[in-house]
Amino acid sequence: MYTTILEPKMVKDEKSTVTETPETKTKIHVENLNLFYGEKQALFDVSIDIKEKEVTALIGPSGCGKSTFLRTLNRMNDLIEGVKISGKIIIDDENIYESNDVIKLRTKVGMVFQKPNLFPMSIYDNVAYGPRMQGIKNKAILNEIVENSLRGAAIWDEVQDRLKSSALGLSGGQQQRVCIARAIAMKPDVILMDEPTSALDPISTLKIEELIAAMKKDYTIVIVTHNMQQAARVSDKTAFFLNGEIIEFDETSKIFSMPSDQRTEDYVTGRFG
Amino acid sequence: MRKLKDLILLGLLWFAAFLTVAVLVTIVGFIFYKGIGLISFDFIFGDYSPSGGGGIWPMVVTTIYTIVISLLIATPIGILAAVYLQEYAKQGRMVRIIRFATESLTGIPSIIYGLFGAVFFVTTLKLGMSIIAASLTLTIIILPVIIRTTEESLKTVPQSYREGSLALGTTKLQTLYKVILPSAMPGILSGIILSMGRIIGESAAIFLTAGTVAAMPESIFSSARTLTVHSYLVTQEAGDIELAAAIGIILIAIILILNFSATWISKKLNKADY
Repeated sequence: MYTTILEPKMVKDEKSTVTETPETKTKIHVENLNLFYGEKQALFDVSIDIKEKEVTALIGPSGCGKSTFLRTLNRMNDLIEGVKISGKIIIDDENIYESNDVIKLRTKVGMVFQKPNLFPMSIYDNVAYGPRMQGIKNKAILNEIVENSLRGAAIWDEVQDRLKSSALGLSGGQQQRVCIARAIAMKPDVILMDEPTSALDPISTLKIEELIAAMKKDYTIVIVTHNMQQAARVSDKTAFFLNGEIIEFDETSKIFSMPSDQRTEDYVTGRFG
Repeated sequence: MRKLKDLILLGLLWFAAFLTVAVLVTIVGFIFYKGIGLISFDFIFGDYSPSGGGGIWPMVVTTIYTIVISLLIATPIGILAAVYLQEYAKQGRMVRIIRFATESLTGIPSIIYGLFGAVFFVTTLKLGMSIIAASLTLTIIILPVIIRTTEESLKTVPQSYREGSLALGTTKLQTLYKVILPSAMPGILSGIILSMGRIIGESAAIFLTAGTVAAMPESIFSSARTLTVHSYLVTQEAGDIELAAAIGIILIAIILILNFSATWISKKLNKADY
């Protein structure tokens, strides 16, 4: 089980320190986040403001904590025994580690995993799974959610005449897009993607990248990627992680053209990692 | 040279497979050869007659009673226990001890269970020599089997299913009920089939708890005789190998019917999910 070490500060006080420009509102405010796996510290004082309806890429070498960080945003680390977290993560004025409503958090913050993890059910049932578990039973409403979600994930045309057949019969790239549709079906605000294309071929990867670009207008997207070209192609902002710390966080164009930290430059130019 | 090695290995594999099948075919063949002459409608559905020549229907009924009652009690308890151990319990010392205990229980000779059943269910709980006492004893015998196989099949459900479901804002119970248990169903079912085999094959424990009354049981509180016990007694007392073999055929038929229906149910359950 996790335990949170919380500072007794009011959420409202923090809001004033968040810089807000008219176009981009801060969606996720992270402050001094530390995470321990038992005795081993995996994240060190991570602070970052993730803007609404932007794509934020998290890059860095293996084991740098970027996936761990991503999984704190919908509290998936709660599933791991011995994880301890301190600091704050505020999504829409609410400290997600102070509230006990993990269910509500996860309906608001959806997730797409590294490998497609559709359930052994039909395509339809996979997409309808989340809404059904929320208690939606009306067939017409479910049909509409399923269709809209599959359209939203740019996979409707490919699967519309085989909705009732097993989702596991689809190709890896198609499965991953159905996974995205399944996340969209919950009508989330934020979608977390944990290396969503690492198990896919180049053409499927391209389709997912196009999809991410199109989804940006409706969702705040945080994507972990090993592929620096991908980060450069899809993201607005990029955070460079190293040994559990954020070394640099800036506009993607700046990170890749003139990073201010030598370590970032070494990484993006391929000198290590 | 490598080709020769390959050939030798292939030969060994083939021989091992042949031996396994040959043993099975010989035993089944022997039983059928000896017993098939006795099989008739009257033999299966006729009432038992102590003077000989009667049917085995009371024993068939008793056997089915013990299977159904034991499974009805052991399956829910076993599955719930396995779910708790695998999905809910903190993986620590206590769980290790429980696992060790269930593993040890599977290795205990059934006569020990029979003695326990005779002392506890028959005498202490005053159930008397009865089908219910035997079924409760059998429940204890098969419980570890069901727990272990259910646990193993829960382990094979990919962690990604659990994460995928929980990430969609579902509760642990919903995830368990809708994703994990359906995926584990084939394994759980094979545990139940294994248990049926154990029940049907059991003689010592039943002999000590249900007795040997060769008559149609009036209720589950009656003392009665299962097919396996009957088969043992006719061989032991009368030396009637042919009758024992005929009972063997019926037992094989019951096992096949139960296995096929279990597989059929599992297929139905899976279909419902697609």
